[in-house]
Amino acid sequence: MKKSLLILVALVMCLTLTAQVDSTLFKRTQQDTSKLLLNMDAVYNRPFLSVSKLPVAVGGYVEANWQHLGTDGVSEGHQFQMRRLTLFIASSISRRIKFLSEIEFEDGTKEINIEFASVDFEFHPLLNLRGGIVMNPIGAFNQNHDGPKWEFIDRPISATQLLPATWSNVGFGLYGKLYKGNWVYAYETYLTNGFDDQIISNSENKTFLPASKLNKDRFEESFNGIPLLTAKVAIRNKRFGEIGVSYMGGVYNKFQEDGLTLDEKRNHHTLAIDFNTVLPTGTYLNSEWSFTTIDVPSTYSQQYGDKQWGGFFDVVQPVLRRSMFGFESSVVNVICRFEYVDWNKGKFLESGDNIHEDILSVVSGISWRPTTQTVVRLNYRYAWQTDILGNPPSKTAGFQFGFSSYF
Amino acid sequence: MNFKTLLCGVLILSACETFEPEAPADFDILDGPVEGLNNAENIQFLKGDAAFNTEIFTLQNGLGPLFVAPSCGSCHPGDGKGHPFTTLTRFGQTDENGNQYLNVGGPQLQHRAIPGFQPEAIPPDATFSSFTPPANTGLGFIDAVSDADILAWSDPEDVDGDGISGTPNWINLKEYVVQRPNSVSENGKYIGRFGKKAATYDLLQQTATAYNQDIGITSSFEPIDPHSGLVFDPEVSNQTINDVVFYLKTLKAPVPRPESNSILEGKQLFAAIGCSKCHRPEMKTGNSTIASISNKIFFPYSDLLLHDMGTALDDGYTEGSAKTFEWRTPPLWGLGLSKNSQGNQYFLMHDGRARSIDEAILLHGGEATQIRDNYQALTADEKTKLIQFLESL
Repeated sequence: MKKSLLILVALVMCLTLTAQVDSTLFKRTQQDTSKLLLNMDAVYNRPFLSVSKLPVAVGGYVEANWQHLGTDGVSEGHQFQMRRLTLFIASSISRRIKFLSEIEFEDGTKEINIEFASVDFEFHPLLNLRGGIVMNPIGAFNQNHDGPKWEFIDRPISATQLLPATWSNVGFGLYGKLYKGNWVYAYETYLTNGFDDQIISNSENKTFLPASKLNKDRFEESFNGIPLLTAKVAIRNKRFGEIGVSYMGGVYNKFQEDGLTLDEKRNHHTLAIDFNTVLPTGTYLNSEWSFTTIDVPSTYSQQYGDKQWGGFFDVVQPVLRRSMFGFESSVVNVICRFEYVDWNKGKFLESGDNIHEDILSVVSGISWRPTTQTVVRLNYRYAWQTDILGNPPSKTAGFQFGFSSYF
Repeated sequence: MNFKTLLCGVLILSACETFEPEAPADFDILDGPVEGLNNAENIQFLKGDAAFNTEIFTLQNGLGPLFVAPSCGSCHPGDGKGHPFTTLTRFGQTDENGNQYLNVGGPQLQHRAIPGFQPEAIPPDATFSSFTPPANTGLGFIDAVSDADILAWSDPEDVDGDGISGTPNWINLKEYVVQRPNSVSENGKYIGRFGKKAATYDLLQQTATAYNQDIGITSSFEPIDPHSGLVFDPEVSNQTINDVVFYLKTLKAPVPRPESNSILEGKQLFAAIGCSKCHRPEMKTGNSTIASISNKIFFPYSDLLLHDMGTALDDGYTEGSAKTFEWRTPPLWGLGLSKNSQGNQYFLMHDGRARSIDEAILLHGGEATQIRDNYQALTADEKTKLIQFLESL
């Protein structure tokens, strides 16, 4: 009885407190998310909602869509998907100490991940210390992956099926930026926990860096005690755009345990290059390509490749800028993406034939941005996926329609 | 964006299947169930399909430690023939007295190993043979042929004097195998019908052995780990194995491509030069618990018997009571679709050494020498028609 009474009192107090909140105290920190400074700035370049002078701001985004895809005449039918609900919390602990976090619910609650939760210490614009759960700066998409920033419903295949976006780990690192005229120079480098041997032993039956995301222990302990090194340098010019070069590598296998040797140390290395620019015609170009080598034991199986590469190239052309349905600054874009991934580059030892295991995909469509924070998208995808032996590809195609919006 | 535009968009989306890839014709693919399965059978077929084609064995769920491939589907893509990448090797038996190398890894070589382990190697003094994985289709029909029919086709002493003397492979049964009704035995041995040497009795033996010897997965049927030689707990359930057996039994028989005049002429040539003496076009099934394959006529182009194929195909390795130069007549159905599972090229004969149908025919020797010579005597046009017929099966 006492407990029930306490709960009742607490509820009444909450209602009273809510009633006392003046909505005019909420302040939305508007960000023009279609105009990034640098890809690596993405975690800062988000719209947040702050209350009065409280040092905490919140935000997030939501993505939902419908799709109807078919593969070689077989379709799963109409699918409605709640792909993501992502929450941001940011806090200025002091003028030069900040906390940022991102918690993501994927496919309802099928996957719940802390994608980012770090504290940044600014010692100098060129020297910042970041620690916690960080997003490894490999390529551009991994750090700049918010749905409302993209005109395409699906994330790039190369970013999620070749690189493991969103790939985040516990660790520490440094970053900094230098502004000179129309130029921005930046770097980031981190030591974090890394991959595990699931990258060469997984249900995908191919070398698959994202398989290590299944290792939930990576936020608690390193699989082998060897840090993963990730580093990126990027340059941006106001006129020419941005180019970034990044590297990620380390030891992925458990080579010893309890002082006993289990295997030799086996390394993986990934090099990525990303580029984006806006042409004088207003056409936005965005691309990312990566190359990976993995030390796979020669006595294992070529089912798991030791070299892989892939990437995407996006073209977004605004075709209409005017008031639509009462949204004064609406923009309609025509979009096209070309993407290719080869998970196993090499030749069969037995026959000398090329190993395939690749996918080629073209996505076209239109997007409508009623505001810069919200995008409504209609995509049509056509993909050709070839198995390891190079047999006739399976063909997948269909429409997708959905939205993504910051809130 | 007006009402017409919106309406147009809705119409496009409502007809979305129009914009999706069409299903290939039934005669262009090998996979798919036999017609007429009931709902319960369809459910079991799908379970077996998932276990066969989707389940991948890894370090986490029991792969190896020694293995040939990490899944069933790796060796039989699209339920078709395999590729040299997944060809397996067996060694250590030279006559009907059994395999003399069982204590050093025989009969099958596991030439791959998970990290930290060393794969097997063929002992220096052992003879061996490589086997390209066969297509899986129509196996349920072959499984349901009666022993009496197979025996009726055999002619070990060539009594009819046609130069062809097919003989069954008499094998010892695994203890878990259940004999077919009216199965025939001779000196305690039974007729094998699956495998390059017809040394496998039924699809349960084939499946349990493949899990064990190809993937390194133990089961209650085959509980011995190929690496350690020790009895392990089952790494795959009886239910899964039974589902896979059901899947293999109920995969459809390959559907022949439409017949053209040249294909019909090729069909006549096939019979005229004697190919059909071993590659028998027609068989019938006996009673089966699966109605869809019970008492059916089907066209595998085989006699399930062993034949002397000559010295060129004698690898010095054998199984069961077969001689090293004897091979089971492989079914020819689905031959034209082999390229779709072999990387757009042919790897034919038992080890994939023939890179075309023409080359495969020319490799026939032994009992088939006369028939091979008959083929060589055909005109180029006739050979083309014969091959077109074979590719239509």
